[in-house]
Amino acid sequence: MKLLEYQAKAQLQASGIPVPDGRVARSAAEARAAAETLGPVAVKAQVPIGGRGKAGGIKLARTPDEAAAAAEAILGMELRGYRVPAVWCEQLLPIAAELYCGITVDRDRRGLVVMLSLAGGMEIEEVAAQAPERIAKLWPDPFAGPQPYEIRQLVFAACRAVPPPAAITPARLAAQMVPLVRALHRLADRLDASLCEINPLVVTPDGRLVAGDAKLEVDPNAEFRQQDLVALAAEDGGAATSGDDPLEVVARERGLTYVHLGGEVGVIGNGAGLVMNTLDLVQRSGGAAANFLDIGGGAKAEVVTRALEMVLLDPNVRGIFLNIFGGITRGDEVARGVIEARDALGLDKPLVVRMTGTREVEGRRLLEAAGIAPAASAPEAARLIVELTRDGRSRR
Amino acid sequence: MSILVDRDTRLLVQGMTGGEGTFHTEQMIAYGTTVVAGVSPGKGGTTHLGRPVFDTVQDAVAATGANTAAVFVPPPAAADAIMEAAAAGVGLVVAITEGVPILDTIRARAFLERRGVRLIGPNCPGLVSPRHQAKVGIIPNHISSPGPVGIVSRSGTLTYEIIQGLGRAGLGQSSSVGIGGDPVPGLSFAEVVSLFAADPETECVVLAGEIGGSDEERAAELIGQGYPKPVVAFISGRTAPPGKRMGHAGAIISGTTGTPASKVSALTAAGAVVADTIEEIVELVSARLRPRAVSGA
Repeated sequence: MKLLEYQAKAQLQASGIPVPDGRVARSAAEARAAAETLGPVAVKAQVPIGGRGKAGGIKLARTPDEAAAAAEAILGMELRGYRVPAVWCEQLLPIAAELYCGITVDRDRRGLVVMLSLAGGMEIEEVAAQAPERIAKLWPDPFAGPQPYEIRQLVFAACRAVPPPAAITPARLAAQMVPLVRALHRLADRLDASLCEINPLVVTPDGRLVAGDAKLEVDPNAEFRQQDLVALAAEDGGAATSGDDPLEVVARERGLTYVHLGGEVGVIGNGAGLVMNTLDLVQRSGGAAANFLDIGGGAKAEVVTRALEMVLLDPNVRGIFLNIFGGITRGDEVARGVIEARDALGLDKPLVVRMTGTREVEGRRLLEAAGIAPAASAPEAARLIVELTRDGRSRR
Repeated sequence: MSILVDRDTRLLVQGMTGGEGTFHTEQMIAYGTTVVAGVSPGKGGTTHLGRPVFDTVQDAVAATGANTAAVFVPPPAAADAIMEAAAAGVGLVVAITEGVPILDTIRARAFLERRGVRLIGPNCPGLVSPRHQAKVGIIPNHISSPGPVGIVSRSGTLTYEIIQGLGRAGLGQSSSVGIGGDPVPGLSFAEVVSLFAADPETECVVLAGEIGGSDEERAAELIGQGYPKPVVAFISGRTAPPGKRMGHAGAIISGTTGTPASKVSALTAAGAVVADTIEEIVELVSARLRPRAVSGA
């Protein structure tokens, strides 16, 4: 779950991190009113993607008229699949330099990492890829959090990697970064953020730090205790999620672990690794998977039915490959689910079922009696479904 | 003695009285695991599945001498349960729970590391050592058989597929360990692979990785430093697109890290042989064990 810039900035501000003065506007009139109060503003599309400026989602406005015109142009715009529900009108900042400061999960170090670079701004991804030594890092203790001395070390290391601008000395930067990093870390911790990023972190000509932009991503596993943020993300038409694939949105509403991939073979299986492997098998046989759908451990009849229903919502699906390892999942139960679902849905597309595990003999017998041929192995099932869906194409 | 669990394992199950906990504890008992206690706060003093239930892990350890804990506690309380077990003195905690917030896992993992307590999981199927009839977790009882192959994997059902495939070819396992599909796991591939190196029961190692992170690459570094046993590797999710979380929270290619190409080339360069299918894993393992069997005969 990603928060929008204005939502993330409100969180920063509440944590004591300076942000520019701004207003949310959902119409040209509101943008005009904002500019009347704030003076010259940046009018920024509120969608949860990077590179908004390059995509035309940020315009500068010197007057209220210009702000209204900018909002008119941006509101309702579609940026990489996200319709813009609101703009953030923000007082223009005098900029001496742009830094980068972010906290995210470092999988290799098994903890959070604080990153600071004096080469911040739009090209930080390139810096990370081409010149990673220009980004200083700190791995805070997961219980104690980052200590002031560690943050000072981080700042001085960052200043050695990239010399600071004339507007600020390393010592003055360190003095301001200590409370800022501690506040950012507390925020990440309190909101279960898997990413908490300020880019650019603006240095003004008089040497102050202000958050020019903010990104906040919340760990989906922690949504149960971040209900305020879930509600917040649903505001503005759920802009933070509305740009997602429509089929994936439906799947999420139905509580299914589904990823849309675009091919023609619907894939259903139990267990993430198993389903990923099934996608690989389909491709190795010359087909293209339409989706990833993991029905998890206990594949009861009702779950199988919902999974088949979900996969069939995709009009490109020409056939379905159901790959079930029955550990705790009973083969006869899966078979009953498959038959029930096929009959209820009036499924007229090829269906190949590969199933092993407890009661697999009973399960296969049930499938065969119902006219569904169970495949002996997963590679064989993959070959079969690819062949069947290809035949379907040539008949057309 | 196998790598992590054996006949000396005395298991306590946190969340034993719940639905999942009950079912899988029955299965573990049926397999032969020595289950000595359950822990469910508020149900202390009762008995479940013929085992005493305690309010706290501390009580359970004091009364039964439990040395291993299995965690079947729902996500909001899972990390706390893991730390409770470690603080009470068990040496190994196996966390089955799926959906634990990552910051909770990070803290629990660090807590255990400082106490020298091993963590497997969360979001894992656990482990089984067939010769010792010791199973902690949810790997189906009927698929495993004793033998020389050590398996370490991030995925649950894929592990079962590999166990079953090997079994059908007459190849049993020394231990099968599912380390879990989360971005921050307890024991890593490299740690389990090095346990297998020192394990006399293990003659060949199967490492089943998947896209995301760089733990497979870390294991490859270890294997490249003169690993004493043949390693057959497998990477699933080779056709997964970048940026999409493939079910497991950890199975996501982000930027240039976590790609299958990087993992396959690191493992190959380290001297492991990489299989394309589960069927091929079985063939490759079989080919690596047969010459040994002949020379040993």
